[in-house]
Amino acid sequence: MHKLRLNLSHLYALLFLVYLIAPLVVMSGAAFNDNKLPSIVPWKGWTGRWFVDLWHDERMLLAFANTLWVAAAVAVISVVVGTAAAILINSISGRVRTVLYGMMIATILIPGVVIGISTMIMWTKLGGVLFGVDKPFPFIPGLHLSVLGQVSYIAAMVMLLVLARLQSFDAGLEEAALDLGASHGQVMRRILLPHLYPAIGAGAAVAFFQSIENFNVTQFTRGGADTLTVYVFSKVRSGITPTINALAFLLICFTLLLAAAYEINRRRLARIEATRQAEARRAEEMAEVTGLA
Amino acid sequence: MHDMMRRYGPGLTLLICLLVAFWLLMLVIVPNITLFEQSFRPYLPVVEVGGPKDFYSFDNYMKVFDGNVEKSLFGMSFEIPVHVYTFFLTILYSMLVTLVCFAMAYPLAYYMAKIVNPTTLPTLLLMLFIPLWVSEVLRAFAWWIILAFKGPLNALLQGIGLIEDPIRWTNMGYTGVVIGLIYTYVLFMLFPIYNAIQSLDTNQIEAAEDLGAPWWKTHWRIVLPHAKPGIASGSVMVFMLSAGSLLVPSILGSTTSQWFTQTIDQWFKDALDWNTASAYAFILLFLCTVFVSLALWVFKVKLSDIAK
Repeated sequence: MHKLRLNLSHLYALLFLVYLIAPLVVMSGAAFNDNKLPSIVPWKGWTGRWFVDLWHDERMLLAFANTLWVAAAVAVISVVVGTAAAILINSISGRVRTVLYGMMIATILIPGVVIGISTMIMWTKLGGVLFGVDKPFPFIPGLHLSVLGQVSYIAAMVMLLVLARLQSFDAGLEEAALDLGASHGQVMRRILLPHLYPAIGAGAAVAFFQSIENFNVTQFTRGGADTLTVYVFSKVRSGITPTINALAFLLICFTLLLAAAYEINRRRLARIEATRQAEARRAEEMAEVTGLA
Repeated sequence: MHDMMRRYGPGLTLLICLLVAFWLLMLVIVPNITLFEQSFRPYLPVVEVGGPKDFYSFDNYMKVFDGNVEKSLFGMSFEIPVHVYTFFLTILYSMLVTLVCFAMAYPLAYYMAKIVNPTTLPTLLLMLFIPLWVSEVLRAFAWWIILAFKGPLNALLQGIGLIEDPIRWTNMGYTGVVIGLIYTYVLFMLFPIYNAIQSLDTNQIEAAEDLGAPWWKTHWRIVLPHAKPGIASGSVMVFMLSAGSLLVPSILGSTTSQWFTQTIDQWFKDALDWNTASAYAFILLFLCTVFVSLALWVFKVKLSDIAK
C-alpha cells in the first residue's frame, strides 16, 4: 500500500478515536469545574463539591438502585428466555423455524417507543378486564413493566449469542450421555449448559448494559418510578448542575476499570498461549534432533 | 421438535416451549395486537369505556392530517399537515444520519479489517467499545455541553479564528439532533461493516492492485460488494434507532426541530390520550418497516442476513 495512504489511514483512525472519546473527556472535565452550569469553559477552578452534592442527592441514589435492580431482573429473565429460544430454534427446521426466527429478530428492530406503549397498554387493559378499576400489582404501571418491555427485545440479543455458540456444540455428546443412562435433566445440566456458559455469560453482560442504557421503553412504562437514564433526562431538561457530570465521571471510571481489567487479562492469556506454543515448538525440535520423530 | 423430546424429555421440552411462548406471545404479539386494537378506539373517560361512544373508527389516524402549516422548499410554498411534515423530516434526517454514519464508519471498518496490525486490533476494539458502554443519555448530554452557546466548541472555533461570533448550534433546526444521533449510533454501523470486510480474502484486494486497479476501483468493485450485507444491517440498525430515538431529539433539539417520537410522547404523556399515541406509534412502526423492507429489497438483502 502507498506510504502516504497508509499514514492517512492511521491518522483517520486516530481522529475517529479522538472524536469518540473527546466528548466523554469534556463531560468528565466539567465535573471538576467550579461553575454552576456544566461546562469546561470558562474554567473557574477545581472543586470536588459536585461529588459531595451527588452523594447527598437521594433521588439520584434511589434511581441508581432502581436501575441496578431492573438491569439484574432483565439480565436473569433474558438469559433464561433467550437460551430456551436458542435451543428451540436450533432443534427445529423448515418453515416454522424461519417464521419463529424472523419474529425473534424483528423484536430488535421495533422502535422502543412502540414497545413501551404496547407493553403499558396491554398490561393495564388486561388488569382492567380482569379486576376492574382497582388493579392489583402486575397490572399497574411501574418498573416491573419496564423489565417486561425490555426483555421483549433484549432476549433476542441473548438468543443470537447462545445460538452462535450452539453451532459448535457436538450433539453426539448428548447421545453418549443418554446411552450411558443419564437422565434428561442431567444431559441439560451437565452437557449442554456447561458448553453454553461463555455465551450465557456474555449474554447476561449484554442484557445488563442494554437495560441500563434503555430509555424509550422505561419512559413509557415506569409509572412514577425513576431509573438513572430517566432521572438524568429530566435533569437535563429542567435546570441542571454538574452533579450529573460527577456521576458520569464515576460511571466512565468504572467502565475504564472494567476495560483495563479485561485488557490485562487478555494480554496475560495471549502471553500464556505464546509461551505454550513456543514450548511445543521447542519440544518438537528436540524430538527431531534426538531422532525420536 | 421430536429430537428435542428425545434429548431433554417431555418436561424440559414443555418448559422451553412455554418460555418461548411467554416471550413471543405475552411480550411481543399480544401487546402489539392490543396497541393496534386500541388505536382504533376513541379516548374516553374511564366510565364511558365500553359505552355507546366506544366504537372503532379511523379518527385517531386522521389526526395526522389535522392542522396545516405553511412551508416552503426550493422557493415553492405549500401547505402540509404538521404531523405529516414532522414524520417526513424524521425519515429524511434519519436517512442523512445513516448516510453520514456510513461515510464515517466505512474507512475505519476497512482499516480495522485489513490495515491495522492484528496485535493492536483488540486494544483498538476495546477503546471503541468504551463510548458504547457509557449510557446514551450521557452521550447526548456530553454534546449538549459541547454545543452550548458558551460551550467548548464555540470557544475552540473562536480560538483558532474560524468564526468570529459564537454560533447557536442547538438553535439551528435539526443540527444538534443530527450531530447527536451520528455520535450515538455510528458504532452500530462500524461493527457490522467490520465483520463483513473481515471475511473478505485479502488476496482478492492484492490481485486487483497487482492488475493495476486504482484504489477507488478496488473498493467499488471488490470491497463494497462484499461488505453489502454488513452495510445493509448497519444501515437498518442506524436508521431504525435514529427514527425511533426519543432521548437525543429531546435533549439536543431546538425550538424548530420536532421528531415524530416526540409527537407520540406528547400524545401519551401530555395529552394522556393513549389511543392516539397508539395510532401514531403504529404509523411509525408500519411505515418504518415498509421503508426498511423496500431498502432491503432494492439492495437485495434478506432480513435473516442482518443478525449475523
